[in-house]
Amino acid sequence: MNQGFRAQAFRDPAAAQRLIDAAKGAARKPIAIMEFCGGHTHAIMRYGLRDALAPEIRLLSGPGCPVCVTDDSDIDLAIALGKHPDITVATFGDMVRVPGTGGSLADARAQGASVEIVYSALDALDLARAHPDTNVVMLGIGFETTAPTIAAAVRAAAEEGLTNFFLLSLHKTTPPAMRAILDGGEVHVDGVLGPGHVTAITGADAWHFLPVEYGVPCAVSGFEPLDILLSVRDLAVAMTERRPAVINAYRRGVTAGGNAVARQLMAEVFRSSDARWRGLGVIPASGLDLAPAYAAYDARHRFSVEAAVSAGPSAEARGCRCGDVLRGVIAPPECPLFGRACTPTRPIGPCMVSAEGACAAHYRYGRSLS
Amino acid sequence: MGATVLLAHGSGGLMARELLEGLFLRHLGDSELHALEDAAVLDPVDGRLALTTDSYVVQPLFFPGGDIGKLAVCGTVNDLAMRGAVPLYLTVGFILEEGLPMDDLERVVASLAATAREADVRIVAGDTKVVGRGAADRLFVNTAGAGIVPPGIQISARNARPGDQVLVNGAVGDHGLAIMTQRHGLRFESPIQSDCAPLSGLVQAMLTACPSVHVLRDATRGGLAAVLNEIAGQSRVGITVHEGAIVIHEAVAAACEVLGLDPLYAANEGKLVAIVPGDAATTVLDVMRAHPLGAEAAIIGEIETAHPGAVVLRTAFGTQRLLDMPAGELLPRIC
Repeated sequence: MNQGFRAQAFRDPAAAQRLIDAAKGAARKPIAIMEFCGGHTHAIMRYGLRDALAPEIRLLSGPGCPVCVTDDSDIDLAIALGKHPDITVATFGDMVRVPGTGGSLADARAQGASVEIVYSALDALDLARAHPDTNVVMLGIGFETTAPTIAAAVRAAAEEGLTNFFLLSLHKTTPPAMRAILDGGEVHVDGVLGPGHVTAITGADAWHFLPVEYGVPCAVSGFEPLDILLSVRDLAVAMTERRPAVINAYRRGVTAGGNAVARQLMAEVFRSSDARWRGLGVIPASGLDLAPAYAAYDARHRFSVEAAVSAGPSAEARGCRCGDVLRGVIAPPECPLFGRACTPTRPIGPCMVSAEGACAAHYRYGRSLS
Repeated sequence: MGATVLLAHGSGGLMARELLEGLFLRHLGDSELHALEDAAVLDPVDGRLALTTDSYVVQPLFFPGGDIGKLAVCGTVNDLAMRGAVPLYLTVGFILEEGLPMDDLERVVASLAATAREADVRIVAGDTKVVGRGAADRLFVNTAGAGIVPPGIQISARNARPGDQVLVNGAVGDHGLAIMTQRHGLRFESPIQSDCAPLSGLVQAMLTACPSVHVLRDATRGGLAAVLNEIAGQSRVGITVHEGAIVIHEAVAAACEVLGLDPLYAANEGKLVAIVPGDAATTVLDVMRAHPLGAEAAIIGEIETAHPGAVVLRTAFGTQRLLDMPAGELLPRIC
């Protein structure tokens, strides 16, 4: 939190209306902007910005929910680890309710698997220290925002000589996913609302390929309504003037080069790998595996656990269209399960489970009173 | 007595006796308890009896502004008060995990006793069990409470009527964020304090001024949003609340921004929602504000005939949206 930051100053309705009018005025033709980040989707729905900007500006939700893009097969693997008698799986809370092919970690826990909810990787380290006779496997979920803290935990384990702490790295990096969506060509994207927290780590320069290779402007945005509207206005202006660029509209959090300490830590502990994304498939060089120097902490190396064969139909088989939602191909209410078979209380797909999921945001804030 | 709780302390033998006399009875002074009989026998009461029970499993046991002992008294006293009852008696049951530091137990019991005195309620019966390591998480408490509902008081979550006003006795989210920031190791210049407090005194002052209060509910788990939804559902009315009128302490708002949480869904342990007839709202508000536990009280909304069963939030941003029931536990964002 920046010193002197006052959230209310970024929620002024009159200033918001001026930015909405300016953005709509700048758009010469209807334009589509993809917000990459689930945090943005949440704020956009909470403050009603999607409706306020329509029809001139259409906001599309992207794949920026770490829990949502975790593949079924990875969840199945985590469950298999949790069922191993010598292993406790430590995970962020959102993850436990996400269904794999045959159930969720929460289901597995109810059947006796050892699954502990932690609030940070450092809690998982504490768990390993407190239970030296148990192997603690941390599920590494998240983008560039969480990867540095997980890296710090792995390095701390190495420095301390902990022999019962391991990582199942399911970390993903965001620029390759944005590239995959644009390469896929399924959705037309005129501009990208860049993820503010991710970019605080990577630096705004990480998005230069968008204007340079795709001619698509990118505005890195904070998470308050005025942050988002300022970014949308800047994108609309950049499109109209045909001057694609990376615009840093979140200067109180983001620099061109990012957080050097965090990036150095990630570079030391991880190496780039291919990763499977729900809805997007395998994207080259979009994952983070442990570097060879830290291979001893890699749960995949240490434990030869096979994911259990599916005990039931996958979410997709039940009609879930999270994959299409994550690529921006459909908006959540267009899924036939949305709000009927699939609700936050009884979610079928991950986008309804996670607080950062697009379906959860649409369900919570987007329903009318009728 | 030893530095830690052992299985033998629950045996019913000499060590159990030692724990009872050396710790529990030193703090809990009621004559009924000291009689060491199998059941308390109490004087006849005049009026309708209110009865409730609740179990307390909070982690951590100690948090800024309270602990599990204080919580175990406040929670049950407040449940009685929310039906308009004057709390009279509590029973207390402890489940202790073998290995619990005796000092921790003593702190909890001392705090529980002090809170009972503050709430003017007698602890007249109790029980202790010790379970093996791993069979409980350090210390669980159950309390049951009994109180008397004065004549003429009819308070129920089914009684909200169109035209009624919705009041809250202060800022929301303090308890939930006090626990959450402690679990996360988030530090603020002054730590967020739980609002844990017995509300029976405040409620009695409110009911003296306005016996026709329709609904009282303490906004515990699920926070303000859950309570308002329960009332809207049980009374089959619509509720509109004004975001700008809801008091949220600055540190709580800041912590919610960091963690990605909504303070309207965070737990409280010293906040109540009161639904009162429209013409009595300002009278009740004045009484609340004159009480130490209601200094920041506010009228936050009204009951309507439109959208029965639903709670609508008019945001400070000028839009309106459904304020839904919380779906599950509050979890900080990952991204």
